[in-house]
Amino acid sequence: MRKVYLDHVATTPLLPEVREAMLPYLGELFGNPSCLHDWGDAAREALEKAREQVAQLLGASADEIIFTGSGTESNNFAVKGLALAQQDKGKHIIVSAIEHFSVLHSAKTLQKMGFELDEVPVDKFGVVDPREVQKRIRKDTVLVAIMHANGEVGTIEPIPEIARITREHKIPFHTDAVASAGAIPVNVKELGVDALSLAGNQFYGPKGVGALYVRQGVRIMPLLDGGVQEGGRRAGTENVPAIVGLGKAAEIAKKAMASRVNKLSHLRDRLLGELPQKIDHVVITGHPENRLPGSASFCVEFIEGESMLMLLNSQGVAVTSGSACTSRALKASHVLIAMGLSHEIAQGSVLFTFGIDNSEEDVDYVLEVMPPIVERLRQMSPLYAKFAKASKRR
Amino acid sequence: MPIYSEKVMEHFMNPRNVGEIENPDGVGEVGNPVCGDMMTFYIKVKDNRLADVKFKTFGCGAAIAVSSMVSEMAMGKTLDEARKITPKLVAEELEGLPKNKFHCSNLGAQALNKAIDNYLKKTGKRGKK
Repeated sequence: MRKVYLDHVATTPLLPEVREAMLPYLGELFGNPSCLHDWGDAAREALEKAREQVAQLLGASADEIIFTGSGTESNNFAVKGLALAQQDKGKHIIVSAIEHFSVLHSAKTLQKMGFELDEVPVDKFGVVDPREVQKRIRKDTVLVAIMHANGEVGTIEPIPEIARITREHKIPFHTDAVASAGAIPVNVKELGVDALSLAGNQFYGPKGVGALYVRQGVRIMPLLDGGVQEGGRRAGTENVPAIVGLGKAAEIAKKAMASRVNKLSHLRDRLLGELPQKIDHVVITGHPENRLPGSASFCVEFIEGESMLMLLNSQGVAVTSGSACTSRALKASHVLIAMGLSHEIAQGSVLFTFGIDNSEEDVDYVLEVMPPIVERLRQMSPLYAKFAKASKRR
Repeated sequence: MPIYSEKVMEHFMNPRNVGEIENPDGVGEVGNPVCGDMMTFYIKVKDNRLADVKFKTFGCGAAIAVSSMVSEMAMGKTLDEARKITPKLVAEELEGLPKNKFHCSNLGAQALNKAIDNYLKKTGKRGKK
């Protein structure tokens, strides 16, 4: 059976070149970068090279990069660390309604600690209106956090426009670029942000490593206390092999970006264009054009996402869904609900995310296996039966 | 490790008794799309026995497997026997359901019961509750 991996939003495979770069640090180059002997020197050299590589990808300087254990840690660090460092100025924070849980739940933790939280709504495409951010800014606002791109629906947010507003009010602005960094051009100067999160496993690097950019001069409170690793901002012996992998993946992403964007956008546009022609009552979620290159997201009416996912898996196709049944918490995706979709429609969510190993044939295959799966589930669905009866009566 | 048992997967991939019965003797509907799962059971009754059971389900893999299993367990049983099918028994027959899905997906027995209630109400008989 054909195997088609279309869940790159969950994680990307590790590039062979990245694995090669990591291997010495899982072997003879095992030193601790904090040490002053040859073993330590070798590890430290690798660490600083990786920092430079990540800085290059973002248009930042190396001392503005802090390595972390994941995108989630970077987001926790940014939201809590920036807000707590500024709390003498106020306790009001602004986030968008479609942030990743690592941002939203960090903000809710701050709320429990006495901060006030304002959520900025999004339109039907999942886009934040900068004026909605502007409206919420107060004298005591100490943090704005709006994601660069949403992994679930692919929508890219107007970060430079929002940054113009936050800069005018001198409020630290963080953007979660976990879904976009390494996939599309992400330049901290052009975006105008004060902090930015990324994760290695989103662009063919290893899992368990992320980075946080913090603009020079911006105060942040560490989450982890201990030694003076990462300039005293993130204690704990560094995960050298993973950081080396992240650096290598960043270097390759920068070089290959234009060709990757080209390839993935083409596959995405084919699926976005052709799937709704093959299946009735399919809604594209997210922005029709301004979206991540590899992301094709839909809601298929009258059926539920998990059963779609399972039947696609039985045909060798890996996807994900934002349906309530698919989430461990059994709640419909807050992103789809914030975009104004009904729970019923959100239940039919299915997300295809392409990667550099996918091909035209993979799109053909999905277009071949998907319609009978949808048909089969609709034949089973009481909602579809009701809809069919109602349209007959009309 | 897959989250579903082999038995759940088998019923999900090959669900028994999917469909509607024309002129059913009883219909039972439970759930709503907000919580994720919806099931409709249709029954045909002959000599106090379930001569036919069919269902339609909107929901996750577990919800579909549960519906299929309930329909299979109920087929040919007397109404009183069919009433004794509980969510716990259904889960046991399916070799277990994921903990978090036990309540939301395991609505088949309830839908079947509602269909029996509906039949008894229509025919003026009052069955045991």
